[in-house]
Amino acid sequence: MTVKAGTMMSDAILSADQLVFSRKGHRILDKVSVQIRASEITTLIGPNGAGKTSLVRILLGLDEPDAGSIHRLDDLRIAYVPQKVSVPQELPMRVRDLLLLSREVEYAQISEVLKELAVAHLEMKAVQQLSGGELQRVLLARALLKQPQLLVLDEPAQGLDVMGQQALYRTVAGIREQHGCAVLMVSHDLHLVMAQTDNVICLNSHVCCTGHPDDVSEHPEYIKLFGSAIDGLAVYSHHHDHEHDMHGNIIESDAAGCTSTQGCTGHHD
Amino acid sequence: MPPVVLRHKDVLVIMIDQFILYALLAGLGIAITAGPLGCVVVWRRMAYFGDTLAHAALLGVVLSLALQWLPVIGVVITGLLLTVVLFWLERKQELSTDTLLGILSHSALAIGMIAIVLLQSKLPSLDVMALLFGDILAVTGQELVVLYIGVVLVLLVYARIWRDLVSLSSNEDLARIDGVNVSATRFVFMVLLAVVIAFAIKLVGVLLITAMLIIPAASARLFSHSPQQMILLSVVIAVLAVLGGLAMSLRWDLPTGPAIVLAAAILFAASRSIKSSPA
Repeated sequence: MTVKAGTMMSDAILSADQLVFSRKGHRILDKVSVQIRASEITTLIGPNGAGKTSLVRILLGLDEPDAGSIHRLDDLRIAYVPQKVSVPQELPMRVRDLLLLSREVEYAQISEVLKELAVAHLEMKAVQQLSGGELQRVLLARALLKQPQLLVLDEPAQGLDVMGQQALYRTVAGIREQHGCAVLMVSHDLHLVMAQTDNVICLNSHVCCTGHPDDVSEHPEYIKLFGSAIDGLAVYSHHHDHEHDMHGNIIESDAAGCTSTQGCTGHHD
Repeated sequence: MPPVVLRHKDVLVIMIDQFILYALLAGLGIAITAGPLGCVVVWRRMAYFGDTLAHAALLGVVLSLALQWLPVIGVVITGLLLTVVLFWLERKQELSTDTLLGILSHSALAIGMIAIVLLQSKLPSLDVMALLFGDILAVTGQELVVLYIGVVLVLLVYARIWRDLVSLSSNEDLARIDGVNVSATRFVFMVLLAVVIAFAIKLVGVLLITAMLIIPAASARLFSHSPQQMILLSVVIAVLAVLGGLAMSLRWDLPTGPAIVLAAAILFAASRSIKSSPA
């Protein structure tokens, strides 16, 4: 069903192999291996405390893993939109000044990219006065100025309503179309991002399962983690009756057998 | 042609002119570096660190006098030492940086004062009051030359790293991903700060240096919309504070260092009230 990207190794622009990361005696990441492929949208999902942010920070090079290795394409241009950014009040900074920081850019480029993200009117506004949604778009604009090969978004949908999330995902899909960059998105919730996502990585300290959204959503480990949430959603029109029955069975048997860290992905290869 | 006879009074006037001129030049040199560095201190909320660095600088100056170095060298060395100790203590994480700085700041001051007393018999030139509160009117021509070489070097380095400093101040993670070498930039900034503090000891003394760093920057913040504006405006305000302080000091015979800080404080109060009064 799900194919782990063994054969597509050469396409990976960023890959992690057997990452282990512990903090305060607690193992946050346990032998995690992931691959990000060129111009694909990868969504990293998992419950709170699953180690999503830790994994992203290690992939970005902000934290060092205790064990395991990271392979990046040479001179890989990565842009990052963190979950929260608060610019200190002491630092006077307009949107334009924030965008001027990342690299040598012209004012014209700044206006252009702000226009692309529909926030051109914010250019001369103080960064500290922006709303959460406005700041996110500005940070997205800042990221795009780098002409990244990989765009990393940490929980971009958090705090947005359903309409806002849809708009955001349209924007992200548009960015991928126009700029051809790979996107790595962190999310605690799968249902809205599925449409544009090529590859889902389901994380809960270890990689539970990985693959195309349709496959992952039927994976027993995924259902174990997110099952109840999905039951309440009408979005899943492809859930046929007979599959529901089947899931019920799989949850029982597989969930019990999936306590080991690698067991689950093996079922799919 | 009758020979020019200098009367006693004229000589006095010329002498006064020269030491005021020297003091003025020294004050301006420090103002144009303290403003920009002070902005970073304000952005990164490092006021207490600046204070601690200044207190440690006392020991540095005493050390330099004992070993016959330029004061700047001793101050930079004690500054580096202090930063290393602070960094090491911070890794333990039981105590906040605030508490650690409080410990280091006053320990450094105490050690510096003990060193002064111990060395005073050997070094008659050691003037405790001058170190604590500044002695800008006593600045010599040679000190001025060293000062201006320092000022030019500090400004050149600052011009190279100011963008990284702003980036770092706005968000450290984003700065790192954008390729800013965070630890190198912080280290270079610390050295610049130690150099400016070493010079500013002459102007306002170790106890009042932080004021020269943060008051002009804080006043400039009120009128600035961009980091560049704040940097330029902080220079203007620092220069005005030096001019005003010197003038007050000469007019009413006030101690010069405290008078300069008082002038800065008045400027801050004035900008605050301009800003908050309805237009």
